Amino acid sequence: MRLSHMIAGAVAALSMAAPAVAQETVAIVGGRILTGTSVIESGTVVLRDGKIVSVGSGAAPAGARVINAAGKTVAPGFVAVDSGLAGTEVGSVRGANDLRNSANTLSAAFDVSYGLDPWSFTLPVARLGGITRAVVVPQHPGSSGGHVHEEETAGAGDGGFQTPGLFAGQAAIINLGQGSNILVKPRVAMVAPFGEAGAAVAGGARGAQFVLFKETLSEVRLYARNKSAYERAGLRNLSLSRADLEALIPVANGALPLIVTVHRASDIQQVLRLAREEGIKIILDGAEEGWLVAGEIAAANVPVLLNPISNLPSDFEVRAARMENAAALNAAGVVIAIKGNEGSTHRAREARYNAGNAVSHGLPYSAAIAALTVNPARIFGMAGQFGQIAPGAAGDVVIWSGDPLEPLSQPSAIFVNGVEQPLTSRPLLLRDRYLQPTTMPPAYRN
Amino acid sequence: MNRHHLRGASLAAVACAALALSACATTGQGTANSEAGGAAKPSKDRSLDAGLDPATTLNPYPSTYQPLPRENFAVVGATVLTGTDRKIENGVVVVTDGKVAAVGDAQTPVPAGHRVIDARGRYVTPGVIDVHSHLGVYPSPGVQGLSNGNEATSPNTAQVWAEHSIWPQDPGFNTARAGGVTTLHILPGSANLFGGRGVTIRNVPSVTMQGLKFPNAPYTVKMACGENPARVYGSRNQSPSTAMGNMAGYRAAFIAAREYKAKWDKWRETGEGSPPTRNLQNETLAGVLDGSILIQNHCYRANEMAMMMDMANEFGYRISTFHHATEAYKIAPQLAANGICAAIWTGWWGFKMEALDAIEENAALVDAQQGSCAVIHSDDPELTQRLNQEAAAALSAGRRAGLNISEEHAIGWFTSNAAKAIGIADQTGALTPGLRADVVIWSADPFSIYARADQVFIDGALTYDRANPAYQPTSDFELGQPGYGLTAANATVGAR
Repeated sequence: MRLSHMIAGAVAALSMAAPAVAQETVAIVGGRILTGTSVIESGTVVLRDGKIVSVGSGAAPAGARVINAAGKTVAPGFVAVDSGLAGTEVGSVRGANDLRNSANTLSAAFDVSYGLDPWSFTLPVARLGGITRAVVVPQHPGSSGGHVHEEETAGAGDGGFQTPGLFAGQAAIINLGQGSNILVKPRVAMVAPFGEAGAAVAGGARGAQFVLFKETLSEVRLYARNKSAYERAGLRNLSLSRADLEALIPVANGALPLIVTVHRASDIQQVLRLAREEGIKIILDGAEEGWLVAGEIAAANVPVLLNPISNLPSDFEVRAARMENAAALNAAGVVIAIKGNEGSTHRAREARYNAGNAVSHGLPYSAAIAALTVNPARIFGMAGQFGQIAPGAAGDVVIWSGDPLEPLSQPSAIFVNGVEQPLTSRPLLLRDRYLQPTTMPPAYRN
Repeated sequence: MNRHHLRGASLAAVACAALALSACATTGQGTANSEAGGAAKPSKDRSLDAGLDPATTLNPYPSTYQPLPRENFAVVGATVLTGTDRKIENGVVVVTDGKVAAVGDAQTPVPAGHRVIDARGRYVTPGVIDVHSHLGVYPSPGVQGLSNGNEATSPNTAQVWAEHSIWPQDPGFNTARAGGVTTLHILPGSANLFGGRGVTIRNVPSVTMQGLKFPNAPYTVKMACGENPARVYGSRNQSPSTAMGNMAGYRAAFIAAREYKAKWDKWRETGEGSPPTRNLQNETLAGVLDGSILIQNHCYRANEMAMMMDMANEFGYRISTFHHATEAYKIAPQLAANGICAAIWTGWWGFKMEALDAIEENAALVDAQQGSCAVIHSDDPELTQRLNQEAAAALSAGRRAGLNISEEHAIGWFTSNAAKAIGIADQTGALTPGLRADVVIWSADPFSIYARADQVFIDGALTYDRANPAYQPTSDFELGQPGYGLTAANATVGAR
């Protein structure tokens, strides 16, 4: 290969890898602005160099491309939590699913960020639902994904999968901008199932899982203190692989949050106690019975990722599930983030409807917007970087035809990192193929 | 608009009255029994021992449903969406003796003695109908001892009846009602080519299945195309393991049903020889062939639906409704031409290959055809609580595509069209005088995410009232469970 080609290739690679930066200045004027923390009835949002540079009542700066948002609502892009976006294409196609790991030798070290596909057709679909960021988590037996009856008919085939240990692996944050560079931050949290799913991993009983969990953390700490002895085989045998031990050090020392999927109120209490005793930082996921112990969750300063429409006693660990869970936790002072449906992948876009339903069941509107925007950013240590319309935050802004929580509202413009995104998706291409009859077969409409 | 339903009803009526065939089944209280049995009796005595003659045992588990205590009333001041493409501002809905008596504008007279419900600022619609539910057969909690939805032991289990699996204490019936659902069509699962009979129920609390059963609603049979049967049986090294195996399985079953039906017809006509042995599997499919049992066909793909329509012609029956029908928009003209409803989701897609091409505009594109029948369904105990929102998302997508669809039209996707899809449009699904007074008063426009069902009436009886704990029933299962008797964020005790 000639040198000039190599340089050209390197330049191309660099430009591919660099975050998409908008060159133009965009001013969105006249809209009702939901900043994530407040409401401006009619204001201006200015985007430049991929970021929000100002929000308020000022006029558009000279030279800016002005978008008139009069009569519309301007909101931060929503943040999908507990998501599988870019990690799986079709639920039943195992080879296209990089969220599930069933290796015997790797659990905590499993890092979903390597398997995320920026060209996934799940991303534009979610984006049309106003989602511009996602916290992508590894799947485990307690995950909220899956079409229940389809799984029930799946026999022993694709529906089930083995999990190798207590930990499902590590989550990553992505943006949903078009382009090749969606990874915002890998390894932002460790994930572990508790309750029935966690107990099943440990042999079937909760009492076994908690003991095993504490024993594992003790091994991680032993390893962390004696790495050189471990390397020369001068340490007793440990139950986890070296990669898993390494991955768990930041969990054990409280630097990396542990997303604990847990449902039953008593399990939540036990997990809160475990976190206190072990000095680990946790985020509750699920917490359908959280309202029964809302004060304890708030006192522990532990945030919750929840789906507010989970109201059925679908198994014995969610018998107290209620539509008012989100409202009750928020009222107690818990920081909540609202999830989409079925693992927030294909149905991630329904998060805004879930937030609307939480509002109709007592959650203040401002808290519902926060639960889709600023709260997820706060929970994952990214406060101020995205999830709100504030100077310095990423230019993730969606202009809606009306209230973004209403199904009858649609986005009219979507910006990710300050770059306007096309309002297209694979389903919309299908729609357009079949919208009008044509003489030639639909296959000719590309 | 009623073409589809009328066609189905008239076929069945012809079959029952004129041909005296073997399975003019309804889920009613015995009226169809005696009529069909009487018509079927030749002059010569051919009575069989109890339980052996299909014609005299069409409905051995009859409905014992009785409306709850009720009074005559009129809802005034609301925006009324009738389910028949009509919107009335400041309308009046008069309910007398459990039936819709009058619907009109503010001038509509309210009879003396009727209680007046002031619904100014609110919306009134027909009761929500969910044509695809597994409540009771896959109840909450979804534990092994209660999961009775799939008799996944053979590809053809047309002999099983979903009503025999219903656990009436499923708490999901109550949460569905709080979402405005007054009628549910309970189906077996989709593991089998023929999953068994479905049953239509009134969504009232009941200790028995019979107490739920919708009087005089036609029986249905669940069929399943595609991935599920092929996966379930293929994984057991058994047929079907492919789409072509599925087709061979259906065809073999209808050939057997044709023969079975011919034997009974001949014996009834001639009385010669021994009567045929009753066979519950063939009996259900013979009911399909005579038009009395309605096919409810889980079928995602356009190519498969097209083959199912040809197969219906091959054996001489008709299909009522394709369920899920994620690719219905690709064959919308054919569905309309065949008078087949498509019962679909708005937001579900991508969970398996046959759901890959699902689009949010599916309902709107199906609906755009003349003579179409688009239905929004749930197949899910959570979604059934919010079919109005699922329809709102479908409406929104249709408008985004440039289609001009009104709310008064889209309301039909989960009311009047749903009634057509399961053969009960002559009884409910619209605010039309003479129909059962299944009525929901919504706190706001039902196409808004914030709308809640304030009051739900079934046959004119108040069965749910969001403001009154006395009308918020709970199932036996819920008593004494964690959280019982406690209120979350000021919700009332019985509310979920």
